[in-house]
Amino acid sequence: MPIDWIYGLTGGVLIGLAAAAYLLVNGRIMGASGIVGGLVDGTGRSSASERFSFLAGLLIAPGITAAAIGGSETHLTDNLIVVGLAGVLVGVGTRIANGCTSGHGVCGISRLSLRGIVATLFYIGAGALTVVAARSLFGIG
Amino acid sequence: MRSLFAFAAGSLFGIGLLISGMTDTTKVRGWLDLFGDWDPTLAFVMGGAIVPMFIAWRIAERRTMAVLGTPIPAPSDAQIERRLILGSVLFGAGWGLSGLCPGPSIASLSFGGTGGLVFVAAMLLGMGAAPRITRALNAVPPARAA
Repeated sequence: MPIDWIYGLTGGVLIGLAAAAYLLVNGRIMGASGIVGGLVDGTGRSSASERFSFLAGLLIAPGITAAAIGGSETHLTDNLIVVGLAGVLVGVGTRIANGCTSGHGVCGISRLSLRGIVATLFYIGAGALTVVAARSLFGIG
Repeated sequence: MRSLFAFAAGSLFGIGLLISGMTDTTKVRGWLDLFGDWDPTLAFVMGGAIVPMFIAWRIAERRTMAVLGTPIPAPSDAQIERRLILGSVLFGAGWGLSGLCPGPSIASLSFGGTGGLVFVAAMLLGMGAAPRITRALNAVPPARAA
């Protein structure tokens, strides 16, 4: 639906502006997995308060916005085993690869970083194959 | 000051994720569904996000320091190594299974129900285990082309 594209583009520009501000003001790459992962494994201890502040905004602002204007349906599968497995794969994978959709995708591609472009091709390729496999093998989605 | 701007950037990121529909897993999995009922929304989100960030990198090139006095991060000098590929494949598999990646999983935590909590808890566990897996990977000598 065209309206979805307009919301997508608008939201995308906001994401890009957030990444631009985080780079130019704070001097940091806005990669969600890096910001969280550095707190989990201790490598980001020296910038912990900055990381926690970023995550607080990321947690609170969409909650308030969703309550005000809607859009709070996530349509996540209710198969919690699949959800747990997916979470572990995302956590391990993004940290081994040093980035996710925001770090390698938004920040890496816009810097014309070969690593960001290669990583993005591989996670999209793996994601597309997984969607097909999950539907035909397990009936998910 | 750093924390204040970090909070603002995180808030803007989260609102952008919500408005763009990236907290809705059907949109994300629909985009990955290249061989089925393809949903192009994510391409618009990525395109919209990359434009301001492309300009930001051009501005950053001309300075060495960010506004708050931190050096602009240098490009990674790492090559396309095994861990980049393997990690991205594992991440993509989890992304395709659930339709969630790290940013949206946190952005939707307050309204994502039990599933959203389980996902984030599992993701944190995976992130905790990752350094050990990375060390093991680095210990294996690289495969040589014949």
